[in-house]
Amino acid sequence: MTGITLTVNGREHVVEVEDRTLLVHLLRDELRLTGAHVGCDTSQCGACTVHVDGKAVKSCTMLAVQADGAEILTIEGLANGRELHPMQAAFREHHGLQCGFCTPGMIMMAIDIARRHPNPDAATVRAELEGNLCRCTGYHNIVKAVVAGAERMGEPA
Amino acid sequence: MTAMTAPMGKFGQSVKRVEDSRLITGNGRYVDDLVLPGQTYAAFVRSAYAHARIGAIDISAAEAMPGVVKILTGQDLVDGGLFALPSGWNLNSVDGTPARVGVHHALAVDTVRFVGEPVALVIAETRGQARDAADSVFVEYEELPAVVDMAAALGPDAPQLHPDIPSNRAFTWDIGNAAEADAAFARATRRVSLELRNNRLVPNAMEPRAINAEWRAYDGSMTIYLTHQNPIGMRLFFMMLLGLESENHLRVVSPDVGGGFGSKAPCYAEELVVAFAARAVGRPVKWTAERTESFLTDAHGRDHVTTAELAMDDEGRFLGLKVHTLANLGGYISTSNALVVSYMYATMLCGQYAIPAVHAVVEGVYTNTCPVDAYRGAGRPEAAYVIERLAHLAAREIGVDQAEIRRRNFVKAFPHQTPLVYCYDSGDYEGCLDAALRLADYAGFEQRRAEAKARGKLRGIGLSAYVEACGIGPSKLLASLGGGGGMWESCEIRVQPGGSVEVLTGAHNHGQGHQTVYAQIISERFGIPMDRITVVQGDTDRIQAGTGTYGSRASVGLSAAVKSCEKIIEKGRHIVGYMLGIDPGEVDFAEGIYTSAATNQTVAFTEMAGAAHAASSFPTDKLEPGLVATTFFDPPNFTYPAGVHVCEVEIDPETGVTEVVAFNAADDFGNVANPLIVEGQVHGGLTQGIAQALWENAVYDPDTAQLMTASYMDYGMPRADSLPEFGLAFWPSPTPVNPLGMKGCGEAGAIGSPPAVINAVCDALGIAHVDMPAAPEKIWRLCQERQEAL
Repeated sequence: MTGITLTVNGREHVVEVEDRTLLVHLLRDELRLTGAHVGCDTSQCGACTVHVDGKAVKSCTMLAVQADGAEILTIEGLANGRELHPMQAAFREHHGLQCGFCTPGMIMMAIDIARRHPNPDAATVRAELEGNLCRCTGYHNIVKAVVAGAERMGEPA
Repeated sequence: MTAMTAPMGKFGQSVKRVEDSRLITGNGRYVDDLVLPGQTYAAFVRSAYAHARIGAIDISAAEAMPGVVKILTGQDLVDGGLFALPSGWNLNSVDGTPARVGVHHALAVDTVRFVGEPVALVIAETRGQARDAADSVFVEYEELPAVVDMAAALGPDAPQLHPDIPSNRAFTWDIGNAAEADAAFARATRRVSLELRNNRLVPNAMEPRAINAEWRAYDGSMTIYLTHQNPIGMRLFFMMLLGLESENHLRVVSPDVGGGFGSKAPCYAEELVVAFAARAVGRPVKWTAERTESFLTDAHGRDHVTTAELAMDDEGRFLGLKVHTLANLGGYISTSNALVVSYMYATMLCGQYAIPAVHAVVEGVYTNTCPVDAYRGAGRPEAAYVIERLAHLAAREIGVDQAEIRRRNFVKAFPHQTPLVYCYDSGDYEGCLDAALRLADYAGFEQRRAEAKARGKLRGIGLSAYVEACGIGPSKLLASLGGGGGMWESCEIRVQPGGSVEVLTGAHNHGQGHQTVYAQIISERFGIPMDRITVVQGDTDRIQAGTGTYGSRASVGLSAAVKSCEKIIEKGRHIVGYMLGIDPGEVDFAEGIYTSAATNQTVAFTEMAGAAHAASSFPTDKLEPGLVATTFFDPPNFTYPAGVHVCEVEIDPETGVTEVVAFNAADDFGNVANPLIVEGQVHGGLTQGIAQALWENAVYDPDTAQLMTASYMDYGMPRADSLPEFGLAFWPSPTPVNPLGMKGCGEAGAIGSPPAVINAVCDALGIAHVDMPAAPEKIWRLCQERQEAL
C-alpha cells in the first residue's frame, strides 16, 4: 500500500492504495465517484476518461499512485448545481446519448477536444473521438453535440 | 410557479430527454456502481479450451489465498440443487420431435463446450483477491477435438458435443409449403440463387454484464441487482432455477442499464451462479464482466449459412422462394434462440414482396462456440439480408433497375397475409421507396459514379427494402408457435393528491428514452407538465407485471399507458360530476380541464385528483376514493415497420477500403412519438448494420475454436471517424393494431442496412456477391481479379 494525495473535483483526498490499483478503481471504489465507467480492459473504449491536470486521460491506463499530487476533474465536478457545463448541455440538447454509459467519458473527451480545437468541424470531431466507443448513437448526434458544445465553450461567458 | 413553466408533452414532438440530467452529470446508477453492506466480489475460472473433459479441480491453493470466502464448482451447484439452464422456446422438428436441448449446467460439470465457459467461481473480499485466487484454481482438462464450422459439425467425423444429440443437430424445422414452392419453381422461366453467410457478431453493449445478489437467510428471500432488459421475466427464471419458494421471495432490480441490443435479454449462466453463491455465502456477491469475458460469453448474434433460390417469370415477378439455413447455436441453446432462428427469421423471408409460394428449412447446429441469441433485429436482419440480396440479383438477371424489380413485386394491399404465418398490418411500400429515392437523389447517381471514376474510385449504389415484425406480441399466437405466451405489457398510473403522476411500467429502458416518451404522452393526455410525471420501472417490488423491452415493444407498453390514462380521465368525469352536481355524461375533458356545457364552472385535473383522494365530495359507497388505473394490453398482432435504405459506397481499388459516402433511409414506423429519439434509434441501428456489412466479425480459429476477435483491438467496432452523416425521412402508415398507431423503430436500422451496403459494394464491383464483412483485404483481392479480367 502506498499513501498518495490528490485533488478530485476541487477536494483534496489522502488515501492508501494498492500499487496495482488503477486510477479509475480509486475513483469508483474508494472515492465512490461512479461517473467514470469501465467499459473495456484494453484502454480502447474511453468510458473512463477524466481530466488529469487539465488533460483528458483514460483513467484505466494510469495507476492511482501515478496520480499522486495531481488535480483530477471527473464528470461529477463539471456542473455547478443545476447549472450544466456547456458541453453537458450540448449533449442533452442534441440527443448525444442514449444508454448514457459512454457519456461521461465522451463529455470529458469532448471538452478536451474543444480546448485543443476551438470551433472544430465535424470531421475533426470524428477523428478526435476515435478513442471513445459508443454502441447506441452511431456517433451522429454526439458529433453534433461536440461541435455545438465547443462553439458555446468558445463564447464569452 | 415552476410547474406552470415546465414543458407540456405532445405526441410527435421532439421533446428533449428527461433522463439525460442524471446521465450527463455522472449520476446514472448502473449495477456495478452499487456496493452493499458486507459486499463480496466474484471472479470466474473459465475454460481455455473449446472442448474438453474436466478432470480434477484443485482449489486448495486458491482457498488458502488472502480474502477468499468461498469457491464453487459445477458439482457444488448440482449438489446444491441448481437447475440447468432451459431453452425458453419449444420448437419442433419437421418430424414432430422436439428440439434436442443439450444440458447446460451454469458451471460446467464434466465437459466444457466453448472457450470461456465458466468452470468455477471464486468469492473474495475484494475484486483483486477474487481475480488472483481464480488464477490459482487448477483444472485438469482432457482436450477433445473442437468444431466451429456447421457443415463439418453435421458431418460423420465431427466431434459430438452432447452425448445424446447425434450429428450435433438440435432440430430441422421448416415453414411454408414445399410442394407449392416446387410447383412455382417448375413454372418459373428465370431463377437466381445464392449461398451466403450472415456473419457472427458480438453485441458489445458498452456496459458489461453485472449482477449484485443479496440473500436474506431469515426469510429465504433474495434481491438481485441485474443489468437486464427484462427484470420481471428474470424473476421467474431465477426463482425456478434457484428453487426459491415463490416470486415474492425474489426481488429483481435493473437500474440504469448501459445498452442491451438483445444481449441483456437471456438468462445467463454467470448471473445464476452468482445468485446461487450469494445464498451459499450469506453475503452479497457482485460480479461485473471484464470486456474479454463479454466477448467470450455475451450471447453472440447471427451466424447463418444459407442457400436461397428465387423463381421468377420473364418480367421478374417473384413466383417462389426456397431457403435452407444452417443456424449456429453455439455450444448450447440460449434462452430465446430457438425462437430467433425460426419464427423471428423465416417468417420474414418474403420481405416486402408478394411471393405466393415459399418453403424454408432451418437446421440448428451445435458447435464449440459461444451460444447465439437475439442481437438487434434477432432473425429479421438475417431474413432481410437473404431476400434483399436475391432481389438485387433478380434485377441483374432480368436486366432491370434495382428499384424497378422491387416495384414490380411489392405487396400493395393491406392487411396482407403472407404464406409464412404473419399478416402485415399496414404500409405503403412504393411511396416509401419513392421517398427514399428522392432523399438519395437516385436519379443523379450515374453522374456521381462517373465523377468518382475520374478520381480512381469505384462508386456503387445499393437498395434494400426491408420489413420486420415488432411490438411483440400477440400472446395467443406466440403460445401457438411454441412460446409461453404472456407477451402483453402492463401500465399502472397512480395520480397523487397533488396531481403529480407516477407511471409504473413493465417495459424496461436501456437507452430508448422511455422516461421521456411515457411522460410526453401522459402529459398530453392529462394536460399536466412533464415534470409532474415520474416513470417507475425495473424493480419487481414496485412493478407487478410486465415483459421487458426488446423487439421494439414499447408501443405495447405505451398503449397500456394510454388506456390507463383513459380510465383515469373517465373516473375524473364521475368525480367532477359529483363536484359540480351534474351528470358525468355532461362532463368534458380537454387540456387538463374538466368543463361542462351545463355549467360555466371548471375543474382542473389537479383539483379533481385532490378531490379523488379527499373523498368528501362524492359518496364512497358509489365511487371508490383514490385515483389509480391499471391496464394489461395484449396487441392483436405484431406491427410491421418497413422502409427503404439507399447506400452509396466508394471503393479504393488500391487499398480495398470501402467508404460509405452516403446513406439515406425512408422508414415507416407508423406514428412517431418523438422524432428526436426515433432518429437516434435509427442512427444507432444503421451504424450496427453498416458495421456488420463492413467490419464486424467474430472469428473463431477453425482448429482450436479460440475466439480470435476477443477485444476492441481485434474486433471491428464502428468508430466516429468511420461513418457518414445519415439522411432520414419518415413515411408513416399508422398501424391499426394499437391505439397510438406506432410500429417501433429500434431494430430497423440494423435490419435494412447490411443488404443495402453489400448491394452497393456488389454494384460498385459489378459482382454477384461478397460475404460480410466486406473488409479491405477481401475487397482488394476482388479488385485485383476485376483488374485482371478487364
